Order: sequence, then C-alpha cells, then structure tokens
Amino acid sequence: MVASHLPDAVQGPGRVDVVLNVNGATHVVRIEPRVSLLDCLRDHMNLTGAKKGCNQGACGACTVWVDKRRVVACLTLAIACEGREVTTIEGMAENGSLHPMQKAFLSEDALQCGYCTPGQIMSAVALLAEGHAGSDAEIGEWMSGNICRCAAYPNIRTAIRDVRDGVGGVGRAAG
Amino acid sequence: MSTAIGRPLDRVDGHAKVTGAGRYSAEVALPGLAHAVLVTSRVPSGRVELLDTYDAERAEGVLAVLHHLNLPKGGSVPPLLPSLFGAAASGQTFFPMQDEVIHYAGQHLALVVAETLDQAEHAARLVRVTYQETASVTTVEQGRDRAYEPERIFAGFMPGRTTRGDVAAALDRAQVTVENTYHCAANHHNPIECSATTAVWEGDRLTLYDGTQGPNATLHTVAELLNVMPSHIRVVTDYVGGSFGCKAMIWDHPALAALAARAVHRPVRLALSREQMFSSVGHREEQEQRLTLGADRDGRLTAIRHHKLSPTSHFDDWAEPSLSVASQMYACPNYEGVYSLIKANTMTPTFTRCPGEASGMFVMETAMDELAEKLDLDPLELRLRNYAETEPTTGHPWSSKGLRDCYRRGAELARWSERDPRPGAVRDGNWLLGWGMASSAYPVTPPGGPQRARARIFADGSAVVQSSFADFGTGSATAMTQVAADGLGLPLERVRVQYGDSDLPNTAAAVGSAGAGMVSAAVHIAATALRDQLIAQAVADERSPLHGADPRQVVVGDGRMALRDRPGTGETYAELLQRSFMADAEALGTWNPPGMDTPYGTMTFGAQFAQVAVDAELGLCRVRQLIGVFDPGRVLNRKTAHSQLMGGMLWGMSHALLEGTIMGPDGRWANTSLGEYLVPVNADAPDVLIETIETTDTVVNPLGVKGVGEVGMVGTAAAIANAIWHATGRRHHRLPITVEDLL
Repeated sequence: MVASHLPDAVQGPGRVDVVLNVNGATHVVRIEPRVSLLDCLRDHMNLTGAKKGCNQGACGACTVWVDKRRVVACLTLAIACEGREVTTIEGMAENGSLHPMQKAFLSEDALQCGYCTPGQIMSAVALLAEGHAGSDAEIGEWMSGNICRCAAYPNIRTAIRDVRDGVGGVGRAAG
Repeated sequence: MSTAIGRPLDRVDGHAKVTGAGRYSAEVALPGLAHAVLVTSRVPSGRVELLDTYDAERAEGVLAVLHHLNLPKGGSVPPLLPSLFGAAASGQTFFPMQDEVIHYAGQHLALVVAETLDQAEHAARLVRVTYQETASVTTVEQGRDRAYEPERIFAGFMPGRTTRGDVAAALDRAQVTVENTYHCAANHHNPIECSATTAVWEGDRLTLYDGTQGPNATLHTVAELLNVMPSHIRVVTDYVGGSFGCKAMIWDHPALAALAARAVHRPVRLALSREQMFSSVGHREEQEQRLTLGADRDGRLTAIRHHKLSPTSHFDDWAEPSLSVASQMYACPNYEGVYSLIKANTMTPTFTRCPGEASGMFVMETAMDELAEKLDLDPLELRLRNYAETEPTTGHPWSSKGLRDCYRRGAELARWSERDPRPGAVRDGNWLLGWGMASSAYPVTPPGGPQRARARIFADGSAVVQSSFADFGTGSATAMTQVAADGLGLPLERVRVQYGDSDLPNTAAAVGSAGAGMVSAAVHIAATALRDQLIAQAVADERSPLHGADPRQVVVGDGRMALRDRPGTGETYAELLQRSFMADAEALGTWNPPGMDTPYGTMTFGAQFAQVAVDAELGLCRVRQLIGVFDPGRVLNRKTAHSQLMGGMLWGMSHALLEGTIMGPDGRWANTSLGEYLVPVNADAPDVLIETIETTDTVVNPLGVKGVGEVGMVGTAAAIANAIWHATGRRHHRLPITVEDLL
C-alpha cells in the first residue's frame, strides 16, 4: 500500500490547482475542491453554455459529457474530472459549422427561451450514440432528464428523429 | 404587400441559443464581479429576534452582510401596477430588510456578498437567525372564516363584485342547474433560468443586467426604490431563460443587487436558487371557486353565479381575474361574479401564464360539460347554442371572432362526430379512452402608453430596427425582423432588430399576450415611416427616376422604390442615399394604442380537444393527443406562433394533471424543487396538433395581431378533465387531478 504517500494526495479544503481537459483544450484553474464542475465551467472558465437550472440534478440544463457519457455538471465535482475528457456545448460545432443536432434544433424550433437547449442538445447527441432513439416513446423516455419548461418536447423529438434519419438537410448521423 | 410576415422563419437568436453563446443575466463576465446570496426566513410569521452575522462576516472572502439594521435606505416602494402600463411595476408593495417583521416564509432577511459564489453560499449558512414566531394563516382552509370582499382587486383595475340582471330570480326559474365547488392548487412558474440580476455602478450611473419581460419595468421600479433618476439607469436584457409571468413584475432582487453593488463598490451578481424561486417572484394563488349555471331545457344559459375565494398577502388585494373570461364566453342575461380574499402569510400572488383565464375557464368549461350531460346534448352543440355574438358584459361588437370556424375545424380534426357520447364506452386493453373538448379565449389588452421603435437605413441599403422589448422565448425578435423587412420593403437578410435594452425606444413589458401586437405596431410604423420618408425624398429629387411621381403610386420591394404600374422606373434606397451623400436615414415610429374604453370586445378565441387514456386499475392518466384551433388575428411567424400555442397547451396539461405547490403545516411551501414540484418531462408530452384561422382585425393594432402566448393554455385543463369523465364516467373538480383522485 502507499499509506506513506497519502498526505501528498490530500487536496483542500483551501484552493488547489485543478487541471481539466475541456473541449480538447487544457485548463488550469485554482479552485476549492468543493466547486462543482458546473460552477467551475461557468464562473472560473467563462464557459456559460452549461446552464444552472436547479443545482440539484433535477432539470438537466447543466448536462455535459465526461468521457463521452452525459452527466449533470451540478452534481459532479470539478476536481473529480481531472484526467478525463469534458465536452460542453461550446465544443459541439466543428470548424465553425453547427453540429447536425444544433441545426435540427434550429430548423424544427425545438427551443424557445433557449436556457435548457445546450443540455437538451448534449443529451440528444449522446442519446443517438447510446442507441436510445428507436421510437418516439424511447426518445421521450431517454430525454426525460432534461426539462423544457417552454415545453418544446414534440419538436425536440422531431429534431432527434431528423438527425437519426438524416432528413431535413441536417446531414450525418451523430455518434 | 407582405412577403416576410407569416413565414416560418428560424429564430434569429437561435444560433446563439444552440451554441450556448447567448449570455443570460447571470452570465455576464465582468472584472471584479462579486456574488450575493440571500438568507431567507424559515418561519411564516413573527419577528426576527436576533440576526447574528458574526461568523458570516469573518468567513473567507466575505465583503458585506446586509440586513434590516444596515441596509441603506433609498426611495419608496411604488404602487402595484401591471407592467403593461409601462411604469414602475412592483410585484408587491413590500420591500424586505426594512424592519424585523416577518410576513411570509422565504422572506428575504439578509444578503451576503463575497468574492466567489462558494464563499457567499457558505457564509450565508453561517448567518444565524432566531425568531419570535406568531400564528400564521397560509391556506384557504385556515382563513375561510376571515374572508372579506375587496372593493377592487388586481391593482384596483377590477371591481370585487360584478352583477347584471337578476341572478337569484333567474336561478329560481331555471329549468336545469349545475352547481359545484372547485379547487385549484397554487402554482409556481419555475422557468428553468432562475431570476438573476447583475448590477454595475459607474459613479452615480447604474447598469442592470436583468432577466425580465420588461427592461423598462425594471428601470422604473428600481429608480423609485433607490430614488435614482431613471435617466441614470440602463437595463440590459439580452436573453431571458423563460418567465411565464414571474419576470413580468419587478421583485426586490434587482434593487437588492444594486444596493449590494453600491455597498461593496464592485459589480454584484444576485442569482436566486431554485428553492428561493418559490418565495421571491410571486405565484398563482390557491383558490376555491363556486359556480352555478342556470339554463332552459334547450341548453340556453339564463344565469351564471361565479364566486372565488383565495389568499393574498398582507400588503395587496390581489386575485388573478378568474371570473373575467368565463363571464365573456357565453351569452347570458343574468350574472353575478364575486371575489373574496383572505389576508395570508404569503407573498402577493402574481401573473402566472393565463392568470385567471386558465383557472376560471377550467371551472366554466367543466360545468358546461356537466350541463351538456344533464341535458343529453352534445358538448359542442351546447357551446354553439350559447355562442356570444356580441361581448356579453358590454354588448359591444367583437373586433373579430373566428370561434365558430375554430369549433368546426377542431371537431373535424378530432373526428368529434364519431365519438360515442356514453362515458366509459371505449377501451384499448386496460386503458379507458375518452375525448373531451373546451372553448378558449384570452383578452387582447392594449398597453398603457405609446410604444416606440426606430428604423435606421444605411447607404448600402441595410437596416437596423431598434426597440427596447425583451425576447424571453416568445420569438418576438424573429417576428419583428419580419415586420421590419416588410415595412421597409427589404429582404430579411438585410434587416437586423436590436432589442432588450432600456436605452432603445420605449416599450412596455411584453405581458398578457400583448407583446407581439404592441411591438409590431411600433416597428411597422417606424419602418413604413422611414420608407415613406425615402419615397418622398425620391419624388422630390430631380435626379431620381421617380421625380415628380405621386408617392402613393410608388411601391418598394427588395430595397428598390418603383412605380406601381411601371416597375422599370425606379431606384434603390442605396442609390438615393449615396447620391445624396447621406450615410443613413432614420425614423421614429410611435403607436398610440386604443384606450381601454374602445367600444369593442377584443379576444383571441380557440377550440380545444383532448384524448386521454386512463388505466382502469392503476389510475394512471396519459394524454394521447391535444388538438387546438385558434383565431389569433394575423400570425407574424407560423413556426414560433405554433410553438407558443403548443407550449401553452402543454402548460394546460400540466395544470390539469401535475402542478401544485403544497403548503406545509409549518406555513412554508413544502415541495420547493423541480424533483417535487411536478412539471411535464418529454415522456409526458403528447404530440400536439395546432391550426390557426387567420381573422382580420382592424381594431386591436395596425397589423391585427391578437396574440398567441396564453390562449393555448386556457381550455386545455377542462378539455382533459372532460375527456377523463368521458373515459371513466367520473367528474373531477380539483386541480391537479392526480393518480389518487383517479383510483
């Protein structure tokens, strides 16, 4: 065992340097270990695409990917993401061109106020990769962690179908 | 000649929303930004005995702890006035942290300001409050015996009691009556973006980044609260993460953010938590309604008696106007409507999507269904027999009414004539199936003062149109781009609309489904004024091919002015401006709305149909389809308008089956999270079929826009409740209708 090394591994409660890989870029932030990934992104890295809707893991507005899996960033500690690959809505467009899911959300009007939209899109793209978009009922079930209070739900399902089926000029399937 | 208006244009702010680039009011990056966190009351009534800030003030990073003993006093609380009037619009006539008295649980008691959000949140937990608690009243049941009849409600705009004819006599003579008591739970708006304000002082000038339905409402309210000149305040509202009424009036947090920023000499962000959203920005009040309908054997209504009882705050006589639209829906000679209130330990209730229309029409349309059942009449036929050809409360003609067409088309889409009228007649396995319908209507209310926009065209023929309104998801920025393009005669891609800033030409808050109508009026007038100004310049210019032409014979398309009957003769705006050495030209458009006393009934109407499936053993209710046909006047953008109507209908479904804030025995809201306050998730939302019937309306505003923001919700709950009766044979008079009710 490495008990003799344990004191070095203890970080906090004061501020510590945390190294994060976000959207392919390496960031060093000096934060307290209690800072959530969501607050780290928004307040310490000026990446405000992930939204704070409840800070309790109930609304999904803060959905991002950690190692390609969708997580709620408000219930994830930033420090626990060291050595992992974090992807946010800011990393979805490639070379200035929108991801097909972003295009589909626009053309199907799958958004109104837009506040839940980044989380919806992060979930929607992951959902296709997970293979959970077989039917409207399946899409509805697996998108139910992302609340849209404007209730654009039917249009969100349509946008996901469009991308799944490669229709509506939204191009390649994601995943 | 309209080419852009009506088209299903994608949202102009959509790119910023799907990329996460749009900055909401808690996302503005500012150097030196400090964070404020509220400490709130845990008891509903009493006094603060001791507020101990010793530990909080000494916690790391803390800059200030503000409370009733040290908060700098400024101006005064303005009266409660709906923000549609364009003036100060305080959500309640109470400002916290002025003394030690506690009026409701969740009341703001202290504000902790620190370097980082984590430090502020931590220090807020270190503030120790001890209370001297007194007995409280927070529900209809607790306050029933101390109810009173207010002279006026709703900021004084509505009488507490309205009568016409002789209801008692008519009910005595009625051949059929239906009488029931109904109960609707309290509701909270719960937009996904919690309210937030970021405040920045530069000397004696204040900039507020505020999530609001009305930047000018924030400006005027904060000006009065802080006793700062309106000219020294600017409110910026680039993006708003939903409102549904909780950002329609102005609460204390924008002013508190400004006071905190002044105290610490730094920019301050104050963002409410989800839990604080339940006791900081108003709610739809719990309410009991009692409705008696009297009719003859043919189903013609002879009497309506409609009473409402609801709690309000200690400060204001507020009830959402649940009796209004229900009294305007059907022709009926005898009417009595009475509001009763209870002074309770809650905030002042406020506008919540369909404020009053949804609750009142749930009651009216459920009762109409029961009347149809009693008379063995088709529910749709009963509504047609009571169709109001004129506005029932005044006798005025309608400015437009397409309701008959809505009923006809909705019935077609729902295949209503094929419905077996007997309840419980159709099954799909274990599911009992039912169809129900209801009428919808929502008033078209003019704003309280002139609405303005400015149109500016540049020498290259591109234009910017400016107006102060906020787009909080309605699609107004997109629709106004279309209105501006048509007014100017420019292609869409050459027009940009700038909005969400109180420094731009004045508009009232976009509330009460009035935003599209009033802002489109100002934008249309500004755009066409600039167009006419340039045409006048061209026909007066010897060097113009249009010189000497009758301006009325000049038309504009694609940025080119030409003679109506000789399209080859003309020139572009760009040619005219460049030749005249003009870098730009601009015009201000002002729309003076018709007064409240315009002799017309003005409403958007609709017909709504719902299909539900109720599990015979488990009591689960699934809404399988919603259908709505509406007559919103002119539709500015078919795509965004349908989204608004769809959202409204799903709000109605939520009102019917899910939403209710529960008051705990301790006088605090008990389910203050999105885990416990139920709102629909994707799997709850059925497909929604929407059609609009475009009626011409020359009364309401220049483009004849009646509005779509709320009417979609009005009839949904009753259509669902009536469908549940059709599926199960049981009536429900309480919202939400839960599994327990259906078992």
